[in-house]
Amino acid sequence: MNQAPPSEMPASSAGYKPRRPLGRSLAAFTKHAFLILATLLVIVPLYFVVITSLKSMENYSLDKFGFPNPIYMGNFLTALRGGRYFDWFKNSIILTLGSVLVSAVVSSMGAFAFARLKFRFRDTLLAAVTALMIVPPVVMLVPLFLLLSQLNMTSTYWGAILVYAALITPFSVYLLTNFFLTIPFEIVESALLDGATSFDILVKILLPLAAPAIVTMVVVNMLWVWNDLLIALVLLPQDNTRTLMVGVTIFGSRYNRDVPIAMAGMLMASIPMILAYLIGQRYFIQGLVAGAVKG
Amino acid sequence: MIKTGKLTPYLYLLPMILLLVFGFGYPLVAIFNFSLRRIRGASGPFIGLENYRQIFKDDVFRQAVSHNVVLLLAVPIMIMISILIAVVLFEQIRGWRFYRSILFVPYILAIPVIGVVFSNILQLNGMLNETLRAWGLGKLALDWIGNPNLTLWSVMAVIIWREVGFGIVLFLARLLSINEELIDAGKVDGANWWQRLWFVIIPQLRTVIEFYGVVSVITMLAWIFSYIYTISRGGPGNATVVMELYVYNFAFRNQLPGIASAVAVILFLVTLVLIIPIIRVRSTNVAEEMI
Repeated sequence: MNQAPPSEMPASSAGYKPRRPLGRSLAAFTKHAFLILATLLVIVPLYFVVITSLKSMENYSLDKFGFPNPIYMGNFLTALRGGRYFDWFKNSIILTLGSVLVSAVVSSMGAFAFARLKFRFRDTLLAAVTALMIVPPVVMLVPLFLLLSQLNMTSTYWGAILVYAALITPFSVYLLTNFFLTIPFEIVESALLDGATSFDILVKILLPLAAPAIVTMVVVNMLWVWNDLLIALVLLPQDNTRTLMVGVTIFGSRYNRDVPIAMAGMLMASIPMILAYLIGQRYFIQGLVAGAVKG
Repeated sequence: MIKTGKLTPYLYLLPMILLLVFGFGYPLVAIFNFSLRRIRGASGPFIGLENYRQIFKDDVFRQAVSHNVVLLLAVPIMIMISILIAVVLFEQIRGWRFYRSILFVPYILAIPVIGVVFSNILQLNGMLNETLRAWGLGKLALDWIGNPNLTLWSVMAVIIWREVGFGIVLFLARLLSINEELIDAGKVDGANWWQRLWFVIIPQLRTVIEFYGVVSVITMLAWIFSYIYTISRGGPGNATVVMELYVYNFAFRNQLPGIASAVAVILFLVTLVLIIPIIRVRSTNVAEEMI
């Protein structure tokens, strides 16, 4: 999917400038204008966050759209004092890594069974697991909350890690099963002849070959857990395990009159994801498409 | 298939099954049970369909449902916008990768962050209105999130702003995978741009449209809590209460998990109905399933 679309220009027109019919350049102009408009609609709110976070309150109340004059960095310090950003980051990182890891281990074993082992009700079970992908978390929330409360596991990392891991597992199983199915069986067969056990085949052959699918899976799942608000709000109500998303929500309403401070907070909260996107854009796009196109 | 002992496959499946029983199996059974009881703490007396009767009598619930239904209007809008953008990008416009990167950014940002940002932009004296006033369009400077008649539409606009990015990437990926000759054939036949879009491209996108459509419908019905909670908290008044917020409020504010579970059951049954077309689409092209 990363190849460039085919060039429209016929070879004959490559060397010199052909005279384009008026209708055609008008069409090209319209298309560009349309794209630029869409892009502006995306960029303007982001521009607003960045410039506002660099304005003093006074500067902001006088001029909401212009560049900061002068540039004021104080909002970030105030935001760091007003919110426990480092704790929120730490909690979100622990929960995200924990649940993605648990789900990855559990799903690769499950997907291996679906793709390469024979057992009764295999197709039915796979269909059921796949269907769970689309059940919204709010449906499961009340029983999960009551269950974790009875076990004294609300506001604990493990309680939330297990819940998140469970909720992302249907997608992981679906993705890995499909990928394992694309790995030629001859590779597995020759390993079997060499006396490999089924576990060897999973760990030494299939998983290394599935590296691209695993990266995709990890990216999608991390995005999911990192960005969740509802579950974190309910299952992690106490200060010491509060996640970045819950923190950001509280922070946003606390500073809803001090817009520059609120925007500084939002910007800080977004930086890790934006950096990750800039570095691994390919995986983000591939990952989110993987569940839909051609599958 | 690898030959193994009879039990071996189940050993591989066991951790997955345990995790899914914990995260889905038990809760999905429990909501049916809870919805028929007056829950205090962890359980309570059986009261039949009383919770459901309560819900359907409750004006706020009816409003919540109608708000979710109104939000469904966003689905065709999102499909149209993302197909148009994807097709234009596909026509090798210069810099299409750059446009794609930018247009996908909203989908990467966290919804709570987006919610907080837009609730500031859309304030009566926020950036949007100040800009409109500066351009002499003061009459258009409405109270986007303070006026009960407007707030739901403002929330819808924010949802579209973010979710379209996903649609663009989906449709573009599908376009890049179809046979170019098919599209070129349309050009040779002298079909104009709109005719090609309608008769050649859109039929090719059918399965993706169906997938994106169903996912978006489910999103609008049961996956928008973060938007509502951070932009309007259901207000002003009950102007933006949706079913998820209703579940949240009843379970964790009013301490009535029975009522909340009854709504969860309804949501579950609705999604179940919606899942069927997706499974059908899937099973028709199992042969091509690859990444």
